[in-house]
Amino acid sequence: MGAPHLLVHDHADNVGVVVVEGLSAGTTMLCVVTHDNSSFELVSKADVPIGHKIALKDIASGDTAIKYGEDIGKFVADVEKGAHVHTHNLKTKRW
Amino acid sequence: MASNYSNMTFSGYRRENGRVGVRNLVVILPVDDISNAACEAVANNIKGTLALPHAYGRLQFGEDLDLHFRTMIGTGSNPNVAAVVVIGIEPGWTRKIVDGIALTGKPVTGFSIEQNGDLKTIMEASKVAKEYVHFASELQREECSISELWISTKCGESDTTTGLGSCPTVGNMYDKLLPEGIYGCFGETSEITGAEHICKTRAINEEVGDRWYAMWKAYQDDVIFAHQTDDLSDSQPTKGNIEGGLTTIEEKALGNLEKIGRTSQYIDILGPAEEPKSGKGLYFMDSSSAAAECVTLMAAGGYVVHTFPTGQGNVIGNPIVPVIKITANPRTVRTMGEHVDVDVSGILRREMTIDEAGDALIEMIIRTSNGRATAAEALGHREFSMTKLYRSA
Repeated sequence: MGAPHLLVHDHADNVGVVVVEGLSAGTTMLCVVTHDNSSFELVSKADVPIGHKIALKDIASGDTAIKYGEDIGKFVADVEKGAHVHTHNLKTKRW
Repeated sequence: MASNYSNMTFSGYRRENGRVGVRNLVVILPVDDISNAACEAVANNIKGTLALPHAYGRLQFGEDLDLHFRTMIGTGSNPNVAAVVVIGIEPGWTRKIVDGIALTGKPVTGFSIEQNGDLKTIMEASKVAKEYVHFASELQREECSISELWISTKCGESDTTTGLGSCPTVGNMYDKLLPEGIYGCFGETSEITGAEHICKTRAINEEVGDRWYAMWKAYQDDVIFAHQTDDLSDSQPTKGNIEGGLTTIEEKALGNLEKIGRTSQYIDILGPAEEPKSGKGLYFMDSSSAAAECVTLMAAGGYVVHTFPTGQGNVIGNPIVPVIKITANPRTVRTMGEHVDVDVSGILRREMTIDEAGDALIEMIIRTSNGRATAAEALGHREFSMTKLYRSA
């Protein structure tokens, strides 16, 4: 297995983290779940910088973002599977 | 059965009170902002001394003044410091800090400027500082067990790679070394927000967890909600965090908490700059998430080595404690590698396990404790930042 494009902490997560520089739209990404080293493939829908998140499934506005198997905030827009997730579509529930 | 870590040793400086330091500094410590100039003049006169200028120490009162004294006394008392010259504008508060440091048994002398002037004070203080340099320069390192290390942690300019790589690396180190008897410390009260339900359960027992939660909640109510702005004005997460892909405080907090590993539990809660008094183990220090403030407070608490995971590349150092930088972000390694002591970017490529990364960090802790200059030390980073609780009188 080569180096992954995307790492996911937990099977319950609906977002993963890009871990390579220069990821472009249309890339078939190798995705690894760090919890058990299982892997799957997913096509990126945007150019996404290293460290930024990608949606693992279609998500509706108002849904909760899950990472580390935990609540990391609420989606404020509909997000397609493979799309970039950041401050334009995800917001804290705290402040 | 002995673990792989119980026989590890390093060469340190054993101080009069039995604690072990990894550096051997003669510090010229100002009581207050207006004594900075005299302290810097002494440090310029006497080679091998280090002045610690700062912004405060006048007209503070109550809890804020208590913290000031605790930070001053704790900094002078840190085992990385061999001897201290204290200079203040007047003798009263100067004496209070000298007496506090003297409890360690190390050489310390105070000078005050009023009725002497800067020049006479600088001359008298320089004579004592010179004697302290002779004293410190003849001290020898001796072999010490790894269990005698006090190791703190705080992450900075975090991104999503810190939660994946550098913070779990520190956590793995704690899971391995806390059972050997080291003192550990994590903190950053605001930055546990979103993971507070998990942090509460990582206490040694329910009573400590309840006290931790009450402390966290008090900061939320008294500071955050009293001054709240949308997204905390891009301060939590910071602009750098957001550039690095962190979107919310909850996401940042969950990554932050990776620093206490899988099995480590904290045994007590410390106020800012407070020295642990409940024996060996892991402590939570109520502290800011601003890097220089937090590391300064932990150093004043008596910690002698700091482990600092970073994603986007926080460049912080500390004048009395070596700050070891760990990053898993390959872009940061590529663009600002001179700031990185431990490169764990192999974790992201699945070439390096967290267990291997933890061992690499432990090796760097030993080398640093033996005297290796950290990246921050070599680059001259000596950020000494006092925490202030409220406006002075």
